This record gives sequence, C-alpha cells and structure tokens, in this order.
Amino acid sequence: MKVLVPVKRVVDYNVKVRVKSDQSGVDIANVKMSMNPFDEIAVEEAVRLKEAGKATEIIAVSCGVLQSQETLRTAMAIGADRSILVETDVELQPLAVAKLLKAIADKEQPQLIILGKQAIDDDANQTGQMLAALLDWPQATYASKVEINGEKVQVTREVDGGLEVVSLTLPAIVTTDLRLNEPRYVTLPNIMKAKKKTLENIKPADLGVDVAPRLKTLKVSEPAGRAAGIIVPDVATLVDKLKNEAKVI
Amino acid sequence: MTALVIAEHDNATLKGSTLHTITAAAQCGGDVHVLIAGHNADAAAQAAAKAAGVTKVLVAEGAQFADGLAENVAAQTLALAAGYSHILAPATAFGKNILPRVAAKLDVAQISEITKVVSADTFERPFYAGNAIATVQSSDATKVITVRTTAFDLPADGGSAAVESVNAVADSGKSSFVSREIATSARPELTAAKVVVSGGRGLGSEENFKILDPLADKLGAALGASRAAVDAGYVPNDWQVGQTGKIVAPDLYIAVGISGAIQHLAGMKDSKTIVAINKDAEAPIFSVADYGIVGDLFEVVPALVKELG
Repeated sequence: MKVLVPVKRVVDYNVKVRVKSDQSGVDIANVKMSMNPFDEIAVEEAVRLKEAGKATEIIAVSCGVLQSQETLRTAMAIGADRSILVETDVELQPLAVAKLLKAIADKEQPQLIILGKQAIDDDANQTGQMLAALLDWPQATYASKVEINGEKVQVTREVDGGLEVVSLTLPAIVTTDLRLNEPRYVTLPNIMKAKKKTLENIKPADLGVDVAPRLKTLKVSEPAGRAAGIIVPDVATLVDKLKNEAKVI
Repeated sequence: MTALVIAEHDNATLKGSTLHTITAAAQCGGDVHVLIAGHNADAAAQAAAKAAGVTKVLVAEGAQFADGLAENVAAQTLALAAGYSHILAPATAFGKNILPRVAAKLDVAQISEITKVVSADTFERPFYAGNAIATVQSSDATKVITVRTTAFDLPADGGSAAVESVNAVADSGKSSFVSREIATSARPELTAAKVVVSGGRGLGSEENFKILDPLADKLGAALGASRAAVDAGYVPNDWQVGQTGKIVAPDLYIAVGISGAIQHLAGMKDSKTIVAINKDAEAPIFSVADYGIVGDLFEVVPALVKELG
C-alpha cells in the first residue's frame, strides 16, 4: 500500500510571531522554520505502518517555496522513501494545496493519505478534508489511533466530548492529532541516507492547477492586549479582588 | 442573501455552538436557515426554530446522519447549497470536520474560525496561535465559514421559523460509525462555562488533579487542562484548552500549575479575568494573568477553597 504524506514548512512552534507595524502581515524574516508538528506525526505514523508491513512506499510531498526541500529531507530522514516538491512562490491557500495534492494522488494512486490536522501558521484545519472531498474519499480527522484492517482503516478520533471510532473503506484520508504518536528523533545516519533519496521538483503548471489565492488579506493586526496584572500575596486578597474588583464571583 | 447554518446537535438537543453560529450568520446580512441533518431529530429542529433570526429550519432525516459522518452531512449540505450566499458551521470538532468538504466541492475558499463579521464578504480570524488577527475578504460566490463560538453572543429567543423536510441524500457507503466514549459530567460544558478551573503538568498525577474538584464545585466551574497534563495521562483529551484543543473565553479562568506556553494561551487569553497559581514566578502565564499567586498549588488551592467559604 502506497502512503502519501503532505508536509508543510511553517514557523517553528516555539516562535512567538510579531505583526508588522504596517499591518501588511506577520514578520517571519530570519525566523526559525520547521516541519509543521502535526505533519511530523503524520510522517511518523506512515513510517510505523511501513515498519509493521502495512505500507510499502511512503511519498512525502510539500507545496511552496524552494526551502521546503529541507522539510522534505527531514521527512525522508524520518523514513519517507522519496519526495516531491511542488515549487511556487505564490501564497498557497488550502484549496489550492488540496488541488495540487489531488493531482499528485491521481498520478501516484496511494491507498492512504495522512496529513496533519492543521498547520500552526494559518490554523486553517481544511486541507485534509478538502482533499478528501476532491477525491471523493472518506476521511477521519483528529486521529489518535489508526488501524489498517485489510481494505478498511479504523480510526479513533479525538472529538469535543471525548473519543469516537469510525471505520473507512480504503482509499482514505486521515488527519493526525497530537496524541497519535510521538515522532522519533532523526538520527545522523538517517539524515545522511536521506540525501540519497529522490526529491522531485515540479511546478503547479505541470499539474495543471491554478493556485491563485481566493481570500484576500486586507490587513493583519495585533490581537487586543490585556492590561498588566498583579501578583497578590495571599488567597484572602485574591478572593477580595475577584469579588469586588473583577466582580466575577 | 441567505445564510445556511449546519446545526450541531445530538438529535435530542441543539448544541449551544449552533446558536452562537446563528448569531454570526445573521450578522452576514440576510435571512438565516438552519439545516438539521439527523435521525429522529425533531426536538433539535424545534429548538432551532425558536432562535431569533432563523426563518426556516430544514430537516434531513436518516440513519446515515445519526452520528454526524462528514461524508453524509457534507453531501446533504451540497444538495441544498444552491442559492445560499453563506454556509456556516461552528468551529467545533463537528463543524471543522465537515465544512471544508463543502467548500472544496463548491470550489470556494473556506474562512476558518471567524471572530468577527466585518461585512458580508469580509471577516476577522485569528492565526499564528492567536498572535495575529487577519482581516480577509472573499470574492467567492458562496462564503463558507466556521465560527469561533466564544466570539458571538447567543441569539434571543422567540423565533418561530417554519420547519420543513428535505430529501435526504444517501449514505456514502464509505464510512461508518463504530463507537464513542463521551464523558458525562454534572459540570458545565467547558466551552460554555462561565468559570473554568484548569490544571497543568504541575498537578503531577491523575490522582492529584482531584484537588481541583472542591474548587470547581465551589465556583460551579468546568474543568480544563493544558496539553502537557493530557499527554501525561492525568486527564482525558477533551479537557485540553489550547491552540489545537478547545478555545474558551469564560468570565473567570483559573490556571493551576500551568506554565503558559504560547499554544495554551491561544486557547484562553480571551477570558475576562485570568488567575494564575504557579510556584515559578517567571512562568509566562503570569504575563496574561490579571491576578497571580506565586506559591505551591497544593497549599494555595485548598486555602482558596477555604477562603471561598
């Protein structure tokens, strides 16, 4: 079974971004970039499926700027067999990414596509679901457990009230949540091995996809700030403040 | 212009998330219709009909909708989509799972988790874990939108919309519901509660988390947690507050033994009043807290319960 794993290069999760003073966007110049944490979990899950004999080939895909090659090298160091970069400098929004991934899926014919549930930069939480709709495949989002049983995949999902389990016929889309697995550390030998794996570079035009963004960002602003708080010396003071100052109890 | 709200419900009741979404839908400028795709969901339909601003409730009946499978609810929405200028769902696990399928099939963008309707085609939404707010404009024929429920009030009561049946689409046949483990609690629901008491890794164990119970009892609070506490197995996943967990904005949020990572703050920094209890004076949580106590939570929490009387 071929597994496709899309991965995105995003601002590292430890970075607190700043809004540019001209409100044109977020300042990410010289900021540390990393693989989206949920996508790392997706790659790890695919590799575990391969180690368990359920997957035969793992193909990592990224769409975006040339530096996304680094993200794909990381995916291959974790264990993806080969990778594809759809290179473009155009601002990619989820619908465009889903269309690019559909074109690749049509070509590669994977039985399973595992994506991160959301990218921590745009927080959109759309791509996996959109791709599933374009392919007419079933989907299981927010996966905390994935079990392949023959022609089906059973997925435990983290939902608002707890957990639910769904069963999908393959081919299917799964999006990962935090507790699906803990990604392995990438070892130096695997980083070296990854350099020899294939990284194919193509363009959106090669896939016949129009990636022009649909949503126009008019401005980016800072969220409302909070007034500075105070440290109180004891619970008596705290309760007094909550009752008489904040009036919340 | 007419907006269609995809209702979140459990057939017997309408979820509060749907009501907040109706408010957002009404702000888009036209009529509001609500779709109840469910199984024996009359009660939910009647509740939707009472929300002010709703002029029509569409009911699609079938076992294929009983468990909210995305493939089926999205297909039902698409069968009805023609003529709607806006299609909205709450930004809950339910809504977020379903709505992008609708957007993709309509070949339009989706605007996720709006916090404000600026005009019929312009919306505000947080990104980068809530450290930035984008004002985005859509020129697509249909605006497909998920709504951050904490950003919109409940609508008034007193509506009396018409309830009508629509033809139900068939089961996709590609997915099936197997089982669920949903916690039941006498406490208020985390995303709707006026007071939230939340614990972090500092609690140290599943057993220790119980020291928050008397505090939550006294305050009539819901219980929440940081990702660290959930990952460590102290509490179930549905307690998680944060960028990729639940977004809450209660009147009072008490963070106990929570350091205040960026991702946690994203889930609670819109709370009206924030209290932090942590033994580390440098913990980032104190930067958003209105009131902080630097101390051992195992002493402070019982003392606080006693002080509340």
